[in-house]
Amino acid sequence: MSGTFVGMPAFPKAAHEAVQNVTLRRNLRHATHTIRDKRAVAVAELDDWDQLREAGKQIKDHTLSRLDHYLVQLEESVTAAGGTVHWAADADEANRIVADLVKATGESEVVKVKSMATQEIGLNEALEAEGIAAYETDLAELIVQLGKDRPSHILVPAIHRNREEIRDIFRSEMSAWGRPAPDNLTDSPAELAEAARLHLREKFLRAKVGISGANFMVAETGTLVVVESEGNGRMCLTLPETLISVVGIEKVVPTWQDLEVFLQTLPRSSTAERMNPYTSMWTGTTEADGPKTFHLVLLDNGRTATLADEVGRQALRCIRCSACLNVCPVYERAGGHAYGSVYPGPIGAILTPQLRGTQSEVDASLPYASSLCGACYDVCPVAIDIPEVLVHLREQVADQGGKGHRLEKVAIKAATWVLDNPAVLAVGERVAAKTRKLHPRKIPGPGASQWTNSRDLPEMPAEPFRDWWKKNRT
Amino acid sequence: MRVALFATCVNDAVYPSTAIATVKLLERLGVTVDFPAAQTCCGQPQFNTGYRRETEPLVERMTRAFEGYDYVVTPSGSCVAMVRDNYPRIGDKARAEGRGTRLKDAATSLVPRTYELTEFVVDVLGVTDVGAYFPHTVTYHPSCHGLRMLGLGDRPRRLLEAVKGLELVELPGAEECCGFGGTFAVKNADVSTAMGNDKVRNALSTGAEVLCGADNSCLMHIGGILHRQDAPQRALHIAEILASTEEEPAA
Repeated sequence: MSGTFVGMPAFPKAAHEAVQNVTLRRNLRHATHTIRDKRAVAVAELDDWDQLREAGKQIKDHTLSRLDHYLVQLEESVTAAGGTVHWAADADEANRIVADLVKATGESEVVKVKSMATQEIGLNEALEAEGIAAYETDLAELIVQLGKDRPSHILVPAIHRNREEIRDIFRSEMSAWGRPAPDNLTDSPAELAEAARLHLREKFLRAKVGISGANFMVAETGTLVVVESEGNGRMCLTLPETLISVVGIEKVVPTWQDLEVFLQTLPRSSTAERMNPYTSMWTGTTEADGPKTFHLVLLDNGRTATLADEVGRQALRCIRCSACLNVCPVYERAGGHAYGSVYPGPIGAILTPQLRGTQSEVDASLPYASSLCGACYDVCPVAIDIPEVLVHLREQVADQGGKGHRLEKVAIKAATWVLDNPAVLAVGERVAAKTRKLHPRKIPGPGASQWTNSRDLPEMPAEPFRDWWKKNRT
Repeated sequence: MRVALFATCVNDAVYPSTAIATVKLLERLGVTVDFPAAQTCCGQPQFNTGYRRETEPLVERMTRAFEGYDYVVTPSGSCVAMVRDNYPRIGDKARAEGRGTRLKDAATSLVPRTYELTEFVVDVLGVTDVGAYFPHTVTYHPSCHGLRMLGLGDRPRRLLEAVKGLELVELPGAEECCGFGGTFAVKNADVSTAMGNDKVRNALSTGAEVLCGADNSCLMHIGGILHRQDAPQRALHIAEILASTEEEPAA
């Protein structure tokens, strides 16, 4: 497995492999069901959950509707507090800005806080090409990085790995990156965590440059916020001399009062905690403490285009909690890698095709990677109607008429014609009923076999309902 | 009270027994039912596969077919959800595309009159004991549209609990999707099947003779797996259980 998602096959093909992987299925089932149940308990504790959800939705919608205003306000606040703001239209520009900033410090290594934005733009690979080593310090990201693997979950990137696999990765890979794992390392969680802690501590103490994302940016004061569970983020945000934060433009909120809503809904939705263990907030730079230099790279990378879509823009409300992944029956069985992006699961299926477009095979297949069961919408703390956006994106993919969709459109048009002519439909139903003895319950060949490989077809009735009605009730 | 049955295309062509049961049940409860022959399909498969414009003639057909009825009752949760959630969207988009308010008006007219069968029986008729007899062990799969989009809640359960002779057993993981999902079942057949197999495993673990649901499209998928596995359980629509009596038991 390589560390990049480029050239991934379409979702059904990738999922075909994944559903047969017994270990993966077991790991994912166990993990998602555990976190799903805990979340339900944490959310049920609040009797104003529905109001918080609605408030979160409205705050995000309001901010997005005046995004230009709040981003300029944010820039002014950050600048006034001693930070420098950079604007990046796409991944290449963001990567170039960050690489140049790191090179200007004269350093050749950086420590990283877990960040979806930097994964989205492939920052680690871009820095590596410039001779800069980027060390992931979140435990799960470390497992992914050491294993030359790809993340498969937004919050728990190594969710597809079990303890034995993690022990093996630590044993064989840690030494190449720094302090090796102890020879007698077992798969006990405490020992694995201790091995990671010792390995990472060296990096925290040595690093002069830290790179982060942010969960929120408060426009009125220019404050950035990172919420996390392990404390590695706090280390990266406070120990280095230079801090560079790469943040998607949709992460801005107007005021601290707005932030209050999300600091309640995010931890309960993501880790089922009332409050996350570490909430780090910083406003520019401070004389006596923390980084001396702070750069904020504001990332567009498809977000403005997404904002222009009246239905699709609600995906920009996302606060990356992962609740939708944890309840999704498709994610549970296909795993995160099948989505071909750092954003897997239901939110990935609507975010990736909007940020990247639907030209590649995998991106065009994502809107169909859902049974539209609606469980994701139910748990979303900012009420993103994911099924609505999925269907909306299906329309775009069908219109673009790629592989398979031209024939499909012909078939759909024909079906609509029949269904718009009840007399023709009735003839068809009667033919099907009269020939019922001839219908097999299993049909070979492509298309039909997609159904009958695993399911028998129903027996055809002796007559359609409309004929029964005519005989018995008219 | 003028009540029309919307049989749905799937029930008309493949499961007429469900539509017949719906007619008999409603008649037993004193409702005069009509079946406007101009009806066909709500357009859900087209719409959910990404063919909104191809759905529009069916939205208009539905509205024409059911004009003048006080209630349109259908034994399919997903078709009701299609009308309730998506007809207004289709209307809004058509208007935004400069094609007038005809579809929007159609949706506005049809949406408030459209009811899922168990909703109609419990909410409109105010009945939970429909006088049915069905001496079997039954487990109930709520189906996503009924559970999450329509919020049917405990209506089906209350109806089933009142059926004489029926023993209702809890379905583990009931709220999880069965994996049908319309064209999802063939576009993503592997994941769909994996979900269906898990649903069937849970259903069989109850020991029930019958897996009951309010949506025949889901039951076609679950029932197809049960049949393939030669399992000692069959899928059956709730209308057929509620229509069943001692004099005229379900087949």
